[in-house]
Amino acid sequence: MDIHEYQAKDILSGYGIKIAEGGLAYSPEDAVQRAREIGGHVWAVKAQIHSGARGKAGGIKICKTHDEVEAAADYLLGRRLVTHQTGPVGKVCSRLYIEAGTDIVKELYFCFLVDRSSERIVMVGSAQGGMEIEELAVNNPDAITKIYIEPAVGLQDYQAREMAFALGLDAEIMSHAVKTIKGCYRALRALDVSMLEINPLVVTRSGELVALDAKMGFDDNALFRQLKISELRDKTQEDPREMAAADRGLSYVGLDGDIGCMINGAGLAMATMDMIKLAGGEPANFLDVGGGASAERTEKAFRLVLADKGVKAMLVNIFAGINRCDWIAEGVVQAVRKIDMKVPLIVRLSGTNVEEGRRIIAESGLPIITADTLAEAAEKAVQARNEVVAKEAALEK
Amino acid sequence: MAIFINETTRIIVQGFTGKIGSFHAQDMINYGSKVVGGITPGKGGQIHLGLPVFNTVKEAVQQAGAEASIIFVPPAFAADSIMEAADAGIKYCVAITDGIPTQDMMTVKNFLRRFSEKERMVLTGPNCAGTISPGRAMLGIMPGHIYKQGNVGIVGRSGTLGYEAADQMKRLGIGVSTSVGIGGDPINGSSHRDILEKFEQDSETKVVLMIGEIGGPQEVEAGFFSKEYMSKPVIAYIAGLTAPEGRRMGHAGAIISSAGEGAAEKVAMLRELGVTICPTPAAMGETVAAVLAKI
Repeated sequence: MDIHEYQAKDILSGYGIKIAEGGLAYSPEDAVQRAREIGGHVWAVKAQIHSGARGKAGGIKICKTHDEVEAAADYLLGRRLVTHQTGPVGKVCSRLYIEAGTDIVKELYFCFLVDRSSERIVMVGSAQGGMEIEELAVNNPDAITKIYIEPAVGLQDYQAREMAFALGLDAEIMSHAVKTIKGCYRALRALDVSMLEINPLVVTRSGELVALDAKMGFDDNALFRQLKISELRDKTQEDPREMAAADRGLSYVGLDGDIGCMINGAGLAMATMDMIKLAGGEPANFLDVGGGASAERTEKAFRLVLADKGVKAMLVNIFAGINRCDWIAEGVVQAVRKIDMKVPLIVRLSGTNVEEGRRIIAESGLPIITADTLAEAAEKAVQARNEVVAKEAALEK
Repeated sequence: MAIFINETTRIIVQGFTGKIGSFHAQDMINYGSKVVGGITPGKGGQIHLGLPVFNTVKEAVQQAGAEASIIFVPPAFAADSIMEAADAGIKYCVAITDGIPTQDMMTVKNFLRRFSEKERMVLTGPNCAGTISPGRAMLGIMPGHIYKQGNVGIVGRSGTLGYEAADQMKRLGIGVSTSVGIGGDPINGSSHRDILEKFEQDSETKVVLMIGEIGGPQEVEAGFFSKEYMSKPVIAYIAGLTAPEGRRMGHAGAIISSAGEGAAEKVAMLRELGVTICPTPAAMGETVAAVLAKI
């Protein structure tokens, strides 16, 4: 789960990390009010969306008057911002963070993340801040310092100092740097953070180390014990279909193709999507219905897949282990009868009670296309999709 | 031979008396696994499914000679149960539980490293379907009947995709020595590489099928291991050709978060390392058959 910059900054300031003075605004009037409260002559008006690279997308405006703040807020609120992290659909900005302008001397990159290879938390820093770390890693890998943390003893002072020196910080702010770095680590451990990025971390003219941006992601598996963090969830930043799926215990990811999928198991789902692609089609979604797919759950999954109006054919591929093919078949038949499907449906069942499942489908009298193997299922789905598209094209003429 | 478990392995179930634990314990017993009891703290001394319930894993090891364990404990308590098993002297543990926090798994891995290699429990999972040595023992939640006994080792992250592979092989008359699910989480007990090492040492296993997916470094690490240290052929399929970057595909670990983690890149690397690639997920069975025919 991701949170907004202002929320991350609020958390980090509780762990001793210095941030610029700022406040939240939901309207241009709010924004001006926040700027008045903060005082000074320069403010940053920052769009709060769950994505990095907001600056490049025009989501951060530097303003020198209250009128400029108002205009920037008016421009940003309700605007859909597209970055390389949001995908082409982008994300709508409905909150702004108004922050006092900071006099920057140096911009640094700093983050903590879980490294899968070493199975440890790794601290990553670079004296070249403000840039995308991915670009830096490709163009100038030597400019990046990585320090791995031994989980049993945690981050040590010498490691924080090593990082601070690698970031090119002066001896005068060393103790402040160590406190900042260790504060981040404490937050990470205490709150089940899976990713914490401060980009840029800046040195100001007055010689302070300030987190100018902050991005935090949390381990979804640990939210049960981080109730305060769960409350920070902003559902407007998440794909509504994916959220609806999650609320129903399904795992859904929307994609660009037009063959809808309902599959049990994440690996089999990915493999089936691969098979569709190899057969010349494009999947419309990833959907794992999991184990214990009841008739009710099957119907919900169908509704979810078909809510995507671009879907031209739907493929169901179930390998029943704990599930039973006859239960799935009954669920499918019920769903089709209830929903009044407009697109062709291809069903492939395998595993426990497969004969019984196939019999139920066959005897239903519904126009369901069946397949025995994975390859056959994908080919039939692509063929059915092509027929639908051809028919639509003929009608248009 | 087979790896990890066979018909003589003495098995206990952690989270024994719960609904899920009971269901799968019965299924494993029906398959022929030698289940000798289970653990539910506070219910020690009771009899469940005709078998003794113990309060602690230590008691199960001392009194029932438990060697292997399977964990159905809820995510919040699962890491604790894994560490209890390791400390009690269990040799092999499968964690079925889905949803264990990453930091808990880091603690578990660190805890396991404290033991000398000889004394260290092998953990597979979490978030997996378990392990089966067909015809001998099942320590998992898979449908046992789809596996034929034989000489192909299977290691994979996904449950149902593993079933698909076993099914394709069975249709072609090919059997499995042991199938090991390592689970879909970012930090897991054993990696693909760890399991390849076990299969290399197993006299019964002739070839290994590795079923990987997008995300993480483990498939490529296993490829390097096979090139350096294995005499047996390795075949691989990597799922997720169509997966977009930065989107999590169901498994907590199935996300392309940096370069080289996509399916196409992994396939290219593995091919270069001498691993035979299954061109499609529908061709896992025939690819294994072709490799078997050559040895």
